[in-house]
Amino acid sequence: MAAVDLEELVRSTGEWLRGSGPESDVVMSSRIRLARNLADYPFISRASPADRTEIEKTLREGIRKLGEAFHVSYLDVSKLEGLDRQFLVERQLISREHADSEGARGVAIDDNEQVSLMINEEDHLRIQVLKSGFDLAAAWEKINAIDDQIESFATYAFHERLGYLTACPTNVGTGMRVSVMLHLPALVITRQIDKLFRSLQKISLAVRGLYGEGSQAMGDFYQISNQITLGRSEEELVKQVSEVVPSIIDYERKAREYLVRESKQNLHDRVSRAYGILRTAQTISSEETMHLLSSVRMGVNLGLIPELQIPTLNQLFIHTQPAHLQKLSGSELDTADRNIERARYLRAHLNTEDGAADKN
Amino acid sequence: MKCQKCDKTATFHITELAGGKPKELHLCEEHARDYLAENETTEEAAEPAETLGQQLAVGQTVEQLAKLDKQACPVCGITFFDFRSKGRLGCSHDYVCFEKELEPLLVNIHGETAHTGKRPKRSPTDTDRLTDLIRLRKDLKTAVQAEDYERASQVRDEIRRLEGDKK
Ligand SMILES: [Zn+2]
Ligand SMILES: [Zn+2]
Repeated sequence: MAAVDLEELVRSTGEWLRGSGPESDVVMSSRIRLARNLADYPFISRASPADRTEIEKTLREGIRKLGEAFHVSYLDVSKLEGLDRQFLVERQLISREHADSEGARGVAIDDNEQVSLMINEEDHLRIQVLKSGFDLAAAWEKINAIDDQIESFATYAFHERLGYLTACPTNVGTGMRVSVMLHLPALVITRQIDKLFRSLQKISLAVRGLYGEGSQAMGDFYQISNQITLGRSEEELVKQVSEVVPSIIDYERKAREYLVRESKQNLHDRVSRAYGILRTAQTISSEETMHLLSSVRMGVNLGLIPELQIPTLNQLFIHTQPAHLQKLSGSELDTADRNIERARYLRAHLNTEDGAADKN
Repeated sequence: MKCQKCDKTATFHITELAGGKPKELHLCEEHARDYLAENETTEEAAEPAETLGQQLAVGQTVEQLAKLDKQACPVCGITFFDFRSKGRLGCSHDYVCFEKELEPLLVNIHGETAHTGKRPKRSPTDTDRLTDLIRLRKDLKTAVQAEDYERASQVRDEIRRLEGDKK
């Protein structure tokens, strides 16, 4: 199993950011993760450093022996600098908890950043599959196959009645979390987002949104996921989330159409101003960047900025985050310097000849 | 508005919608980053460990709870109190030795108490017997440290036998 080349990873973008998946005007990404533990070791909270080392070795070696057909590279997370760990978090390849914990731990990542296998996170193993756009069925098919391959060498902790056993009882049973990341700017502008939240809660789906000043969501991104993991099959959980997404997509598109119809000038103005600021600012915070990129992203989807492409924007959302900026510029920067570097990066990528950002 | 954790201005207003009612948080940039880091923006909204613990204490008298809190798992040593305060279990045997105590919590979270999904293909049965390995490896370490080689070799044989079972 090859080692991950971090510097190469910095300059690339994951498949899930290409914006090529189904319904990618509204759905940024689809993700499924499975929590698994080895039957003969204590859970992480009670594992000794020696246990952790052996769990890591068992899983790493086993994954390596799956061979070439199983295309992953490995990173020893315990040996990485804080900035590199933060970078992997921004890239959604490891969790914050995994980055910040201590002791033996690692992550195996496949070539196009769709698969990540976190060893010694909250559970011994967290398998994650990330797909561009709305593609949960494909994500389930893929993660199910990976799970089978790993189970061919690892004996998972399993209970006749309770299913897969996990460190936290909120994950027991299937150990599965199904989620979609949605971009819902028009529902935010038309103030319909709270209504949507309330209806999703009623069917036990969890919604998360991050608010900045004036109750504007950070980039207008919301994540919807299942809360229940026990008593329903994996297919049923996939179905539960899958069934609700098309109506949200529809709801968001109708809101966008409404904005185009009722206040095209205002909308065009909002989008153009956002684009203008991003192309000219000399210093800009991460929060403001997310906010403006969100308007621009909606504008691109509505055909208001023909020279810009969705993949470019998706990439800017990630590349303007703190660790990415520092890795890309090759130096550690404090907040003020990051804001200057961020503005510089945005100008460089939004002012190229034909408006479209170059790849580097 | 001030940050709930320090004196700076709150610029982040976070709404958590996991579980029943929405929870509002008002934080400065630094504390918001910490909060989101802990709560894993990219992952699901997990129930905070403390709420899990509180749910477990519901419907128990003080005496009952005090007695329950002292119960410990024979494999990993975690007490029920440890679990209640941290919200994380110590080993897979806890689901067996605290089975009754965990049941109301599982009903509360999932509304169900039986798995209906996938089963491991190679080893589709209960793996609780393998938690003996956790205990035996500890015994082995103790025996070696005490230079009790007879005991150590006995334990080693038992470990081999059980590990053979895994395959
Ligand atoms: Zn603060
Ligand atoms: Zn235990």
